[in-house]
Amino acid sequence: MISLNINGREHEVDVDPETPILWVLRDTLGMSGTKFGCGAALCGACTVHLDGEAIRSCGTPISAVESGKITTIEKTTDGTDRVGAAVHAAWVRHDVAQCGYCQSGQIMSATALLASLSPGAQPTGEEIDSAMAGNICRCGTYARIRAAIADAASTLV
Amino acid sequence: MFPNIDHKELPRALQHMLERGQSTAAQALPRRSFLKLTGALGLTIGVFPHLAAVQSTRAAETASSLKPTEQPAAFVQIAPNGEVTVTVNRLEFGQGVHTALPMILAEELDADWTLVRSRLGTNDAAYADPLFGIHLTGGSNTIKNSFTQYRELGARARAMLLGAAAARWNVDVSTLRTEAGVVLGPEGRRLGYGELADVAMEQPVPGQVTLKDPKDFRIIGRPTGRLDARAKSSGQQDFGIDFRLPGQLTAVVARPPVFGARIASLEDSAARAVKGVKAVLRVPLDRGAEGVAVVADGYWQASQGRDALKVEWDTSAVDKVDSEQQLAQYREMATRPGPRQFDSDMAPLEMAPLKLEAEFVFPYLAHAAMEPLNCTVRLSDDRAEIWMGSQSAGLDAGAAAATLGLKPEQVVVNVQMSGGGFGRRFSSTYDTVIEACEIAKAAKAVGLNAPIRTLWSREDDMRGGYYRPMHLHRARIGFDKEGNVLAWDHSIVGQSILTGTVFEQFMVKNGIDAATTEGMRAPYPLPMRLTVHHPEVNVPVLWWRSVGSTHTAFVMETLLDDIARATDQDPVAYRMRLFGDQHTSHRDALHLAVDKSGYGKTQLPAGRAWGVAVHESFSSVVAYVVEASVTDGQPKLHRVTAGVHCNLAVNPLTVEAQVQGAAVMGLSMCLAGSAITLKDGVVEQSNFSDYTVARITDVPEFDIHIVPSAEPPTGMGEPGLPPLAPAFANAVARLTGKPLRQLPFNLT
Repeated sequence: MISLNINGREHEVDVDPETPILWVLRDTLGMSGTKFGCGAALCGACTVHLDGEAIRSCGTPISAVESGKITTIEKTTDGTDRVGAAVHAAWVRHDVAQCGYCQSGQIMSATALLASLSPGAQPTGEEIDSAMAGNICRCGTYARIRAAIADAASTLV
Repeated sequence: MFPNIDHKELPRALQHMLERGQSTAAQALPRRSFLKLTGALGLTIGVFPHLAAVQSTRAAETASSLKPTEQPAAFVQIAPNGEVTVTVNRLEFGQGVHTALPMILAEELDADWTLVRSRLGTNDAAYADPLFGIHLTGGSNTIKNSFTQYRELGARARAMLLGAAAARWNVDVSTLRTEAGVVLGPEGRRLGYGELADVAMEQPVPGQVTLKDPKDFRIIGRPTGRLDARAKSSGQQDFGIDFRLPGQLTAVVARPPVFGARIASLEDSAARAVKGVKAVLRVPLDRGAEGVAVVADGYWQASQGRDALKVEWDTSAVDKVDSEQQLAQYREMATRPGPRQFDSDMAPLEMAPLKLEAEFVFPYLAHAAMEPLNCTVRLSDDRAEIWMGSQSAGLDAGAAAATLGLKPEQVVVNVQMSGGGFGRRFSSTYDTVIEACEIAKAAKAVGLNAPIRTLWSREDDMRGGYYRPMHLHRARIGFDKEGNVLAWDHSIVGQSILTGTVFEQFMVKNGIDAATTEGMRAPYPLPMRLTVHHPEVNVPVLWWRSVGSTHTAFVMETLLDDIARATDQDPVAYRMRLFGDQHTSHRDALHLAVDKSGYGKTQLPAGRAWGVAVHESFSSVVAYVVEASVTDGQPKLHRVTAGVHCNLAVNPLTVEAQVQGAAVMGLSMCLAGSAITLKDGVVEQSNFSDYTVARITDVPEFDIHIVPSAEPPTGMGEPGLPPLAPAFANAVARLTGKPLRQLPFNLT
């Protein structure tokens, strides 16, 4: 049994330690908000936070988590996280999603970016692009993602 | 996502399907099954208007004379709290019909938009395309074909609510009116739709209904946030891949490295030893191939099991495609005579004062939707239930029935929200659903009765074929100093998409596939001779967002720019001259883009150039004016201004999103690495590391404008794609002086 802290709760899972976080979330724990896109840390659909940093859960085995705290889209957008709530609201306001499949990962990357800024700071366009460059959206919602992140940042001031 | 179809041709399409034994399951589905389904979905009580009730009333005659696609029972449900749930007769995979169709219905229903919800349908006959008669999400047809249908459905339901209120109050229906989910009567009486739903069920279903004057629209035409925006911004939206039944297992498939190859030998003991693996099954695959399915508790265990397989493949009986050789063959074919789409006198070509010769090359392209292909099957002795993101639920159900040895009415396909698709979720051979059914069948044969989700890895998806075909175009053009084209001799070489599909009979004529040539010549009055060759190649091909226009728009719009440049003409003025006083939609779209972009008025910063292109596809026209630069041989797109003509824009917010998205997909085609190539029969790409799609760092600023119109709407899922690459290429050519002749761009 391996112990994992996910969204503030301890979970005991009986899986191969090499199993990526993604599949423990999705198949073992039934938390399907985190998406499978490429299985090779190339598209960002599976992005979660490990101790507040955006990581690709499809390429991170649970053995690497140790005592780290995993946060997923379900927690980040449940209204209890100030930055997550601002990002979620901006995503809805800008009608960002099309198919929506990559948006969990996009929101997790965006939230990590905004949480990393010093209080009141606005990300530059380059900072937004650079933070989001690992997240593919095949529908091409990028323009609205940019606008939503800038807007979310302005509401956090 | 699949080509323009004239609905008048449809009876022949259906005939063709029946001949192929792919009858739509839905059409054979008894209406009782539909009712059971509706109940099983567990919506709030007060299901409205209940079909059984409708049929039991004196209005049974009227109701039964309506086609299933016209019955409000299949589309509108009103809960006691007033929530209106609209069933969408298409796949939602980003294009926004999950919001736009409810908007259309809610408009005529006079619903309170804040209480409108949406859900996807099944392969029931009610959810067929009302013009085509088959279940179909494609060809940017949803809004175009279902606009009147959904208006009438809303108007019928509204009439029934009015009838219910008139009965309740014992007043004449003419004294009543509706407003945002409420029926208003004399002396200030009012009843919410939720309070009337029960009685409304007993009302006759009107056949003829009067629709609103478009000037009274209060929902249609208003920029409206998507109904799924919250769920899709919080991880709460379930997609096909997320669907889960108790005890469900996951299958992954070891596929042969070459299309159509078979197993020479299989050693699976190590795979069976992987913890969580339940079965290893040899299964027949698409195109006569054979594969090995590993069924396990979850995806990771299944894929570990697959990695542990030792499979030797027998590729001796199949062609092994090599892209370089294929290109040489295409080049040779392009010089040969062949069937002609257009014919024109080519004699003036040799004498023309100015001449231009060009060859264009376009690679295979993968759809690469973000949600990998998947399909869940629950199989019992006399029934199969399927959950998948399907653009063609009826045809998929028919294919499933044939695979499983069931009758069509024993198969239900539950259409699941999808993470993109771009055409790949309407497989012309139904490969995805057939494979999942073969696995379910094989599992059942070894005593494994659990529901099974077959899930493709990204690599499976990328290497799995069904690509936009590779094409070679060859053009020889003679023109004069004013840019008048005297003769245009053009050849296209590329696999036929539609041959062998349900559309072959009426879309492949005289050996020419309309999906290959769509977008050629029109709307320009050019003396063109167009010769077409369709080689047979062991690479499965498929419609891909905007289909033929993915390459024809590039060829046409860059060549016209070449002619304008060679004759010192402004590319906008040149196109306008060719349009003459015809083609109002093209002119309006181009005018709007030019006007809003500042083209011809604003001086661009040094190193930047304008590029222009305009193209009609699926009855809508999009014009782009772009700004681009080239630094160290790297082209960069900075800004895109669009003029869009789609008649009435039902949801302008979605139209804007679709244009942005289609433009980004068009931009992807230009980027280095956006190509599927084969060597010794094996696809060389495997994942997003070696198959490029646009990322945020590639994406320009957008400024999108819609030409105002009150005409019946046309679709916007695809038309934003075709003109992007040529507009970008035209800007680059103005900077380098060298036209671009292939996608992805090659500036060397």
